[in-house]
Amino acid sequence: MTKRQFPMKKTIASIALVLGLLVGATQVMAAEEGDLPSAGTNIRDQASLQRGAKLFFNYCVGCHSLKYVRYSRMAEDLGLSEDEVMKNLNFTGAKFGDVVISHMPDDSAQQFFGKAPPDLSLEVRAKTADWVYGYLNSFYVDPSRPVGWNNTVFPNASMPFPLWELQGVQTAVKKDGGDEVEKLELSQPGKLTPAQYQQAARDLTNFLEYAAEPAALQRQRYGIWVLLFLAGFTFLAYLLKKEYWKDVH
Amino acid sequence: MANVFTRIGDWFNERAPGMMPAYRKHMTEYYAPKSFNLWYYFGSLALLVLVNQIVTGIFLTMNYKTSAAEAFNSVEYIMRDVEWGWLIRYMHSTGASLFFVVVFLHMFRGLMYGSYQKPRELVWLLGMLIFLALMAEAFMGYVLPWGNMSFWGAKVIISLFGTIPVIGGSLVEWIMGDYLPADATLNRFFALHVIALPIVLLLLVVLHLAALHEVGSNNPDGVDIKHGPKGNRWDPNKPADGIPFHPYYSVKDLFGVGFFLVIAAFIIFFAPTFGGWFLEHDNFIPANNLVTPSHIKPSWYFTPFYAILRMIPSFFGTAFWGVLGMFGAIALLFLLPWIDAGKVRSIRYRGTGFKVALMTFAASFIGLALVGAGVVGEKLVEWVPTDATFWENAFGRVMTLMYFGYFVFLWCYTRLGWEKTKPVPERVVFDHD
Amino acid sequence: MANEVVDHGRRRFLTATTAVVGGVGVVAAAVPFIKSWEPSARAKSAGAPVTVDISKIEEGQKVTYPWRGLPVFVVNRTKSQLDALPSQDSRLVDAKSDQGSAEQQPKYAQNEARSIKPEWLVLVGLCTHLGCVPDFVPVMKPEPFDPDWKGGFYCPCHKSRYDMSGRVYAGVPAPKNLLVPPYHFVDDTHIQIGVDPKEAG
Repeated sequence: MTKRQFPMKKTIASIALVLGLLVGATQVMAAEEGDLPSAGTNIRDQASLQRGAKLFFNYCVGCHSLKYVRYSRMAEDLGLSEDEVMKNLNFTGAKFGDVVISHMPDDSAQQFFGKAPPDLSLEVRAKTADWVYGYLNSFYVDPSRPVGWNNTVFPNASMPFPLWELQGVQTAVKKDGGDEVEKLELSQPGKLTPAQYQQAARDLTNFLEYAAEPAALQRQRYGIWVLLFLAGFTFLAYLLKKEYWKDVH
Repeated sequence: MANVFTRIGDWFNERAPGMMPAYRKHMTEYYAPKSFNLWYYFGSLALLVLVNQIVTGIFLTMNYKTSAAEAFNSVEYIMRDVEWGWLIRYMHSTGASLFFVVVFLHMFRGLMYGSYQKPRELVWLLGMLIFLALMAEAFMGYVLPWGNMSFWGAKVIISLFGTIPVIGGSLVEWIMGDYLPADATLNRFFALHVIALPIVLLLLVVLHLAALHEVGSNNPDGVDIKHGPKGNRWDPNKPADGIPFHPYYSVKDLFGVGFFLVIAAFIIFFAPTFGGWFLEHDNFIPANNLVTPSHIKPSWYFTPFYAILRMIPSFFGTAFWGVLGMFGAIALLFLLPWIDAGKVRSIRYRGTGFKVALMTFAASFIGLALVGAGVVGEKLVEWVPTDATFWENAFGRVMTLMYFGYFVFLWCYTRLGWEKTKPVPERVVFDHD
Repeated sequence: MANEVVDHGRRRFLTATTAVVGGVGVVAAAVPFIKSWEPSARAKSAGAPVTVDISKIEEGQKVTYPWRGLPVFVVNRTKSQLDALPSQDSRLVDAKSDQGSAEQQPKYAQNEARSIKPEWLVLVGLCTHLGCVPDFVPVMKPEPFDPDWKGGFYCPCHKSRYDMSGRVYAGVPAPKNLLVPPYHFVDDTHIQIGVDPKEAG
């Protein structure tokens, strides 16, 4: 019977490799959306979520529903009382436990915009936060479009820009002799400075990120404890294994 | 107190005398080689994941609604309104992907150590049947949320059957129960995914383990411990290099389970979508038969086979060759025990040619996966925008040739005297840990 | 070199400890699955309080409203019906609703009329025997099941009877008075079912 050199180190090395790959993979995934600016959202920032919710209910819910989000759940997760939610966020006469439905009926929207405004409950999960943030920052006036607006992140979207009061009006600078947009310029300022508007867009994106997966708040909290417990259990199991395997040689 | 247990035990023993002998045969007196390494964790882990899928699956079924009108909504209902529904869902989706990670590694162990060789061909065949059933189970499970990727994945894969000559068209309609994947398709996939295939899987797993226990486990050296020296510290008549599965491997597997659960928990609680690889972005959009996702691709564990399908071009007006290639890639794995005529089991003592071939095979599998997932295509668009498709096909076809080449090579290598093996030791090489 | 002497004590200790910790883990893992059976947010929302307009309910009339999937009777009782209530006390199982039916109404409905305002009776319309919905029999005339009927509820399933306050008569299968749900008056013409007066406060 022969002995192999340093098997323990090999085992630890392979385990470290696996863990490294795992962590590396998550980092690579996070960095993958190349062209879009990073949204910088943090759903644990409750103040930001509250601001984002306020923006959504003032500027978006007129057309867009959040049909999987309940007012009562928002109250719980955003640290708001039932009263605060019902007064500041509920403009449709919905009950506290109801989901968020826009006041605009689908057929009217179809008529006005040619397309029913989509429900936004899962928009951030479908497109990523960076996309939504980029979208909110990239509207510009475009007389050739029926709604008068266009967007570099989502070309030819049928959506007018509800936040122009805050951001101001952007116009497109086209590449010489072409239709391609080189960059966007702020031709008319809004109520907010560019930096303030970016923060507002970030807050709104943050709120939509929360809306897409409210459970994210809980899973991160529980996750720490679960991992600690499992690590402890694994260590115990390791000691148990080593003890029994003393018999084997 | 102990007396009560003894008396209950005696009651059972009188009425089912075969139970204790069965327990001894499969646990405390099943002598497995003592030299199992890291690669030997994946079988028990696969069993763990199977149990997870069944338990979480049962609880998902309690709230999932199987109609095309309600399926998508019911999944969001589970994620948001059902207490802890999000956790049950993530355990199921993460488990599905980890199932394939574990199974691929488990199969690769078989390739490395010649576990498919005589007398374990039956174990291998049953394992391959499990793999097939698992792929069908995963495919149908993915359709159930009825997201846009569910719909289009179903449409594309089912339409593959349309390339079969003569019967193709009718076959596709028969599978779908409609002219496109619809309510009828979803409902039947639900029935198959929830009850029919799980029963098949459980049966196959039982047979797989029974077949293994009939002939005994292989080991990293490919040494036949049953025909070697007899007598170990537990039993003078059992293989010298064998140790009782219980308690030694039950306790070792328990540690493996713990380590695996740490990884699984990290993913479930901190990265459940795994960057869009375990839960695709496009599947958070409800099924829409008018809009195909721009980056349509199957789940990551199907991508190597999907790549083979795409890389084989159409000839003579039919795309059937790609389909044949895709199924052939799996069929060849079934035939490995007969393709490989080598007399030495383990890579440790086989010729250099074998080692190179197996590494090439593994590399081709990963390369094909990257092609099938569209990663190669996307990178090429960045580097060579005008020729991206050409280079993607070139790369993918080379990978396909490498994949099939492994089997061709192995057939020749072991029959034309090319292989030069090293002497296989009489006793297993034991890493004293 | 290998240690030949087996430390059984250490083995037992480690096995026991690992088993206990593992057991804790299994129980902890079972908790989410068991809790997933609790009413979901959607069920709780559907079970939310219901506000009803009572201005159109005429004297002597009963209207049924759904609340938490239960039929809730709202009855506008007449003066003669209210006056007849004390005469039934001796025929009832628990006239004061403080014995077997002590849990069948909130404190503010533990009176003869079993209500906040005498005219307005609010009851869950399910027989306390096996859950059938009793008939509303308000007219005070002799009935086959009671020659001296002073109005109330009659359950067709097993012939249980209740008076105009929902109190159960002796000698019938039903054991308890009809349930009074939490409710309060939002204003003179609206009742909210599902919330006590002090909660609404």
